[in-house]
Order: sequence, then C-alpha cells, then structure tokens
Amino acid sequence: MKIYIPHDSSSIALGAEGLVTEIKTLMPEAEIYRNGSRGLYWLEPMIEIEDGDQRIAFGPVEKKDIPALLNKEDWQSLDCHLGPVNEIPELKKQTRLTFKNCGKIDALSIENYKFMALKKSVGQSSEQIIEEIKKSGLRGRGGAAFPTGVKWETVSNAALPTGHKWNTVYQAPAGQKYIVCNADEGDSGSFADRMIMEGDPYSLIEGMIIAGIAVGATQGYIYLRSEYPNTQKILQHAVDNAYESNYLGKTDKYSFELEIRMGAESYICGEETALLESLEGKRGMVRYRPPLPAIEGLFGKPTVVNNVLTLASVPFIISEGAEKYAELGEGRSKGTLPIQLSGNIKYPGLYELPFGLTLRELIYDIGGGTASGKPFKALQAGGPLGAYLPEEELDTPITYEDLADIDAMLGHGGIVVFDETVNMSEQARFAMEFCSIESCGKCTPCRIGSVRGVEVIDKITSGIEIDMNLDLLQELCDTMLAGSLCGLGGMAPYPVISALKYFPKDFGLSQQQVAA
Amino acid sequence: MSKTENRVNPWDADTARDIIEKLKSMPGALLPILNRLQDEFGYIAKETIPILAEELNVSLAEVQGTISFYHGYRDKAPGEHIIRICRAESCQANNSKDLIEHTKDKLGIDFAETSSDNKYTLEPVYCLGNCACGPSIEIDKKLYGRMTPDKFDDLLEDINKGGKK
Repeated sequence: MKIYIPHDSSSIALGAEGLVTEIKTLMPEAEIYRNGSRGLYWLEPMIEIEDGDQRIAFGPVEKKDIPALLNKEDWQSLDCHLGPVNEIPELKKQTRLTFKNCGKIDALSIENYKFMALKKSVGQSSEQIIEEIKKSGLRGRGGAAFPTGVKWETVSNAALPTGHKWNTVYQAPAGQKYIVCNADEGDSGSFADRMIMEGDPYSLIEGMIIAGIAVGATQGYIYLRSEYPNTQKILQHAVDNAYESNYLGKTDKYSFELEIRMGAESYICGEETALLESLEGKRGMVRYRPPLPAIEGLFGKPTVVNNVLTLASVPFIISEGAEKYAELGEGRSKGTLPIQLSGNIKYPGLYELPFGLTLRELIYDIGGGTASGKPFKALQAGGPLGAYLPEEELDTPITYEDLADIDAMLGHGGIVVFDETVNMSEQARFAMEFCSIESCGKCTPCRIGSVRGVEVIDKITSGIEIDMNLDLLQELCDTMLAGSLCGLGGMAPYPVISALKYFPKDFGLSQQQVAA
Repeated sequence: MSKTENRVNPWDADTARDIIEKLKSMPGALLPILNRLQDEFGYIAKETIPILAEELNVSLAEVQGTISFYHGYRDKAPGEHIIRICRAESCQANNSKDLIEHTKDKLGIDFAETSSDNKYTLEPVYCLGNCACGPSIEIDKKLYGRMTPDKFDDLLEDINKGGKK
C-alpha cells in the first residue's frame, strides 16, 4: 500500500507524526511517502492512498481512523473519506503552476524530480533565459512586485564599466555575484513559501541555479526564518541531496554553491537590504537605496534577492515557456497568485488562482465565509502592514493595481479574515505596536512614530482630546508614510488609517469626526 | 516529546570556543555562530561576548549590538520548557487572546518570564507560519495547531508526566 502523509509543519502540528507511527505499527510493510500539503488545511492531517491510477484522500484523519484506512473495504465507513483527491472541488477550481507539484510528489525524492528546466537552461545563453523571464511578466512575489527579469538583467549587467552596453554575463568582468532567496516569510497569514520549501524544495533549488546561470552568480544563500525549524530540516535534506546528485557544486556545465542561513526572529530582516546586513552577520538595519542590491548587494557585490515563490516559479516558465505563464492573469498582473487564506474562515488554505477574482468570491465562494458562522467584519490583505477592508470593498478584484487603487495591497498574497467580534481599534493599535517592536531603528518616523502611534491611539480610544489627537494621528501617519526609509514604517499606517476610516465606531467615534 | 530533544548544556567556555573556532571563517559568521551557541546553551551568555569580539576581530559593541537586535537571542538561561505563543493577526482572528491569557494564568508568568521553579519560560512569537490552523503554540520547538485552553492544559500535563506524544 502506497500512503502519502504530509510532513508540512501544519500537518505535523495537527498530529501527522502520530499517524505515521500508528500506520507503521499496524502495517509495517506499507510504503509511506512524505509529501507537502495540498493546502486544504481544514482537511489536515490529510492522508492519500494510491488506488490504481488515482489517489484517494482522507481528512482530517484521527488515530482511531487508521485501522479502517488500511483496509479498502472499510473506506466507505469513514467520515474522513473524501474520494479521489483530484475531484476535491476546492482543488479542482485552482490553476496550479507554482504549486503544481506541492502535495503531489514525494517531496525529497530527487530521482523523481527531473530538473527539466535546468537541463534546458544549461544549453541557453544568459540573454535567452533573462528574455524568457521578462516575457513571462513574472513579478516579485515577496510583495513589491518588481519585474523579475529586469532585476536579473541588472545583476547580469552589473559591474560593467559605466556607459558600456554589454548585455551578457559572459562578457562581464569576473567577480562574485550572489543569488539570495528571501525565505524570511514573516507576514502573519503567509505560509506559501513554507509550503513550497516543505512540499517541493527542488523547485526552489532549481530556480536558484537557473538564476545563477542567468546572471553569472556562483553562490546562493537561502535566508530562512528561525521560526521554521521543520522547514529547515527538510530544506537542508534537499540541499544535501542536490549536492550528492551533482546538481549543486561544481558540474561540467556550471558551478553553483548553495547554503541555508537561519535568521533570529526579526521581522525587518524580510526587507531585502536588512536581510543582506543580517546575512553579513550584522544587525538587520535597513540600507539606503541606491545603490540597489542588484548593483551593490551582499558583501557589496551584485546580488539578486528574490522571494521563494518567485524563484520557484522559474522552472515552470523555463520548461513550459513564457507565453504559457503570461496568458494567465490580467493587465500587468500576470500568471497566477498563490493566495493564502486564513484567520476566521471556514476553509483556510492555499489557493493558487489567476489574478482577477474578487475578494467576495474568495471569502464566500472559496473560503465558505467565517469559521465562527458570525458575520464577516474585515479582512487584512498583504500582511501586518496591509489595509483592513470592510464588506463594502469586497467587490474589488484581486490584482496589484485594483488593490492599490483603494490603498490596499496584495503583498505576499496573505489574506486574514475577521468576524464581527474583532475590535478594529485594537487591531490599529497592534499595527503600531508591532512596528515599534520590529523597527530597526534607523529612521526616526518609524522608530519614534510607531511608539507615539500607540500612545495617540490609546488617547483617542480613551476619549482624551479626541479632535486634537485625531489630527495628530493623521499627521503622524503622513510623516511615517512619506518619511520612512523602508516599507515597515512606510506602510504601518495603512492598517491604522483604514481601520479608522471604515470602522470609526470601534474607536468610539462617529463618521463625521473621522471625516473632519 | 522527549526531554532530551530540548535539552541544552550549561554554558562552558571551551565548548563555546570550539563552536566559534569551527564557524568563524564563514562569510558573515556572527549569526551562524550565535544560532549555534543558542542551540547549545539555550541562551547567549555574557561571557561569550569578549570571545566573539576577539575571534571575529570586531568590537564588543558590535557583538553586543547584534545580539540585542534580534528577538531570538536570550540573555539568560531559559526554563526547562520553552512555551511560545503566536501573537500575530491570523491567530488573533481565532481568539488567541483568550489562549494567551489562559496560558499566563496557568503558568503564573508573563511573556519573557521564567517560572520561579525554573520549569517554564513563556515567550511571544510573531507568526509560526501555521496561520491556516491557528491559534498556534510551540512547546520545546514542537508546533501545535488549533489550540484551545483545554488542549493546552492536556499538553502541559503530558509534559509534566515526562512526556509522551
């Protein structure tokens, strides 16, 4: 019997290891494979059993279900029997490109992962690879949505004498360049990076090697947050396997070294320049830009810093072609977006969908509404620095541009849902508090503004000199928005301003008071 | 959870020097060294700072400044069990507030404190990546999802029994 049990952190958190032990005890001859999660988290721990040419899913599985699970005749008697995994509607509705392997494959089996894109890239020139990435319209999935091909081209061309129009890395003067993968997935409500690293780690490794070949970098680092110890274990295993199979290290076609570096619990280290400082073994202080990391990055050398999902999307684009990727999505939001839906929601999980779905479709048609069954009140999109949106904004399509139009953002694709029990003044206060805890301290608006922000919100909610303090809060937010060095101070006001704008009652205020 | 999994060793200068010696030639070595030291001892002892400064040829201030920057580094030895609760938004949406209050009451300590019997250290954490299965809690580096006050009490009992699971 071939049985797939996810080693995804969340599956383990819900008891997957206990199920593995139970199966091994009851059926020592069972072949157990460890896959990633399919992202249908309300069904975790979800087990799949191979039955002919399909896989039958069960979830959420409890220990007491195992005896029946191991006997095909008893399957129908199980409440957790879900039928063929490919027929699960929530999975069927998705367009999986970046996550096409996640949950499907034995995550650490390097024999089954063919590195097809890498094999194709080896025969291509630097320009060809970069051109393909540019044509695909791939934009950085970390949050800033910068065109990936343009970034690669800049690094590829970096270190050329000023004014020289050489275009290829082969012609570039020798010198160290780096590929850095930003795996410091700190936004609450984000777990797509973790899922890829646990469920399809070789796609990330392959993406990084291709990036290395494209820009002429021979050293890569994955900067992984220390809050992900299970991910670290799996990813390290994958890197070791890739070295053993000679995909990493010196090969006859290319040379690429890869090392995993762990962070130490600092949200700001997800900001790329702070991340580079941290990789250099220093305080994670944000750097001034310019120079861009693409010109002067890690240890002062040209560096590509890309998010996990960005790099893991590269193999699909290279092997299937840029057109296939670009034909999905809308306008400048090309391809698919792995949306992570969590918080108070009935069907939390990872949904990879083409851009353009509305928030309402996401929350109700896909997410099934709130988990508590109480009315929806707000959602926060794009992490702790993203705006809170109320019911009346739910018809907004999920694209970078449409969300930007209402001062909201997509960020890393995390969407957290709240029911009516949430008090939005507490959420606004938390945004400022979080910023004060995580500020690197380099610039004043962020370092001091966030502390003052907490105090001013407290005064407003306590009814102290409300009009004056509202003006003060507005001024403070403006200063932070315009005067901060990076996105932490520069975006922390969004959750505050949006909470105040849409939910004045939670601050003890009337609509008129806020509008004034 | 086995006790040995979380066991740390008492601080010892020779072991610290060995660790530093082994890793110091890495580019950007300070974080990998600090991470390794904390794995070994559970915290970064003050005594390590001058050794680090000397071996890496940086100032005491640079070492101290780096250690204090990161929330992950402890400056004193933690209790026998480290309990960490997620404070971030997705867990908030699933009422982590009650879980946090309950845990503090049950253990009789606040965040960043260690119980007087040296048994528990309680720490806040900002997202464990288990957002779709929150509220989340981590005990001795093991993650637990869909946590409730009742389930927490059961877990605590298991730990105190010397722990199966």
